[in-house]
Amino acid sequence: MAWFKKARTPRTSSTTEKPSRVPEGLWVKCPDCAQILYNKDLEKNLAVCPKCAHHFRLNAAERLRMLLDRGRWTEHHAGLSSTDPLGFTDTKAYRDRLRTAEQATGAKDAVVVASGQLDGIDVVVAAMEYAFIGGSMGVVVGEKITRAIEQALDRRQPLIIVSCSGGARMMEGALSLMQMAKICAALARLDRARVPYISVLTDPTTGGVTASFAMLGDLNVAEPKALIGFAGPRVIEQTIRQKLPEGFQRSEFLLEHGMIDLVVDRRELKATLARALRFMVAAPALEPQVAVAAMADADQSSR
Amino acid sequence: MPPDLLEFEEPIGVLLKEIEALSMLPQTPERQRSIERLQAEIESIRADLYSRLTPWQRVLVARHPSRPTVLDYVERLFTEFIEIGGDRRFADDHAVVAGFARYKGEPVMVIGHHKGGGGDTKQKVYRNFGYAKPEGYRKALRAMKLAEKFGRAVIAFIDTPAAYPGVESEERGIAEAIAYNLREMAALDAPIVVAVHGEGGSGGALGIAIGDRILMHEFAIYSVIPPEGCAAILWRDSGRKIEAAEALKLTAPDLLAFGVIDEIVPEPTGGAHTNPDLAASLLDGPLARALADVSTREPAARLEARYRKFRAMGNVGIAEP
Ligand SMILES: [Zn+2]
Repeated sequence: MAWFKKARTPRTSSTTEKPSRVPEGLWVKCPDCAQILYNKDLEKNLAVCPKCAHHFRLNAAERLRMLLDRGRWTEHHAGLSSTDPLGFTDTKAYRDRLRTAEQATGAKDAVVVASGQLDGIDVVVAAMEYAFIGGSMGVVVGEKITRAIEQALDRRQPLIIVSCSGGARMMEGALSLMQMAKICAALARLDRARVPYISVLTDPTTGGVTASFAMLGDLNVAEPKALIGFAGPRVIEQTIRQKLPEGFQRSEFLLEHGMIDLVVDRRELKATLARALRFMVAAPALEPQVAVAAMADADQSSR
Repeated sequence: MPPDLLEFEEPIGVLLKEIEALSMLPQTPERQRSIERLQAEIESIRADLYSRLTPWQRVLVARHPSRPTVLDYVERLFTEFIEIGGDRRFADDHAVVAGFARYKGEPVMVIGHHKGGGGDTKQKVYRNFGYAKPEGYRKALRAMKLAEKFGRAVIAFIDTPAAYPGVESEERGIAEAIAYNLREMAALDAPIVVAVHGEGGSGGALGIAIGDRILMHEFAIYSVIPPEGCAAILWRDSGRKIEAAEALKLTAPDLLAFGVIDEIVPEPTGGAHTNPDLAASLLDGPLARALADVSTREPAARLEARYRKFRAMGNVGIAEP
């Protein structure tokens, strides 16, 4: 076992991808401040560098663990998988890419849908899994997120979607594109029913994910310095034939341009979401009591 | 080769040159017969080519610089068109057209991307080659909300390479503009018929393409990413665009089979640009039928059917134990 592993070095460009997950090994070097960190300490700090607050990427399970009370949740629709509807092959067969991703993550596709409690409030959470083909959205991600929305609507429980995705999945063609429409149609119903939806944007959130559910939260919250945008930075650089400025398409840039509500340090995220949810939903203890009282009144009046 | 011909139409170009050469000479009955023979040959070659277009060839036809635009169809099929402008927020985006019109005598709202097709470079620049910015999507939604308010149907013409991938697009929230349209169009209380008549370029196309009935022209394309972009990412070589075009299943017959579209609109042999009048009249029937169908439904039933339609997208690719 390695005593020491360097995090993936960022590529040299103003638009580099942020370093990804916490590497395995006992010690980790922070890609931002070069501090050598003890892996266990980093984990305890929610994978945020204690020195410079660099946010390492979390996988879906780590995300759910940090958001949900006692780190407990019930997973839904875990068995859904893609049939490779296009029979897609590039330099590699898509079927093989799916198999490799499943072996690497233990998941059948790039999102985990779960229900649990956030600070005592029942919530439905969809957390995206970047390690599964770049968190890309194909038909399975689209279906699972739509089911999460419908579940939130049925139960009238707040919905939280944590985005971490390069966008629509090319290997499922226009069917991937249509997931944007499908999810947004479900969100229209959730919106009309006044059920809360909080979008949490993490590094990276781009393409068709940004241009659908990630931008439609009643509250859009981003982690610091996350890459968030529609077109990829390289595509934009090709269009304008210029280097993009430092910080372009980062969370703070979107905040400045009015596209998100808050940039929140991961260590404050759960508390912030809880506070926002209390604005959006009736206090959990109150609602049943009122309902019971109303029923009792009705009973009496009918006598 | 004449500028209107595409690379795979080269055999036609050769014959056209022969006709041109013959026409320069003094006319004789014999030469006239030769010209007619050549013209017949051109028609037969064209019919043959277009009966078995490859996906990449369809991409070229769909992107033809003279492909009819939304306004070409408006001119031929609609009356009393009044173009409206602006998103009331930032600007008027010329890559998206919106306006009141009458179709079969009924008032409707027309929206559509406009690439500047058929025009000169100045025209194309004015239209930003059909690359819409956030204000374009917001203008379109404003127009659709007017249709909802006044109980009119919406007819959407789709033809864009993509939403504009530039700094100002990101600054003004191109992602939010598209996302918001997707959500609001899903619930818009007005009949919506969509015609993907040219290039259905990803989210930029989808941003005004939610509807009760989705028509698609025979040689149009609709894709999650341009074949060049797909090839650059997956093959690491944009030159592999022909294979990418095959793999992406972006043709009308493919998308009909997947349930992404409802109906294919036939085009003149050689593509809509070879005969815009015929292209318009070929659209007229399917458009009128689709509009009549969805307009007669009860609003609640129509919205439910629209939801179910998009809700089912992708079921074909899901396995559930
Ligand atoms: Zn650090």
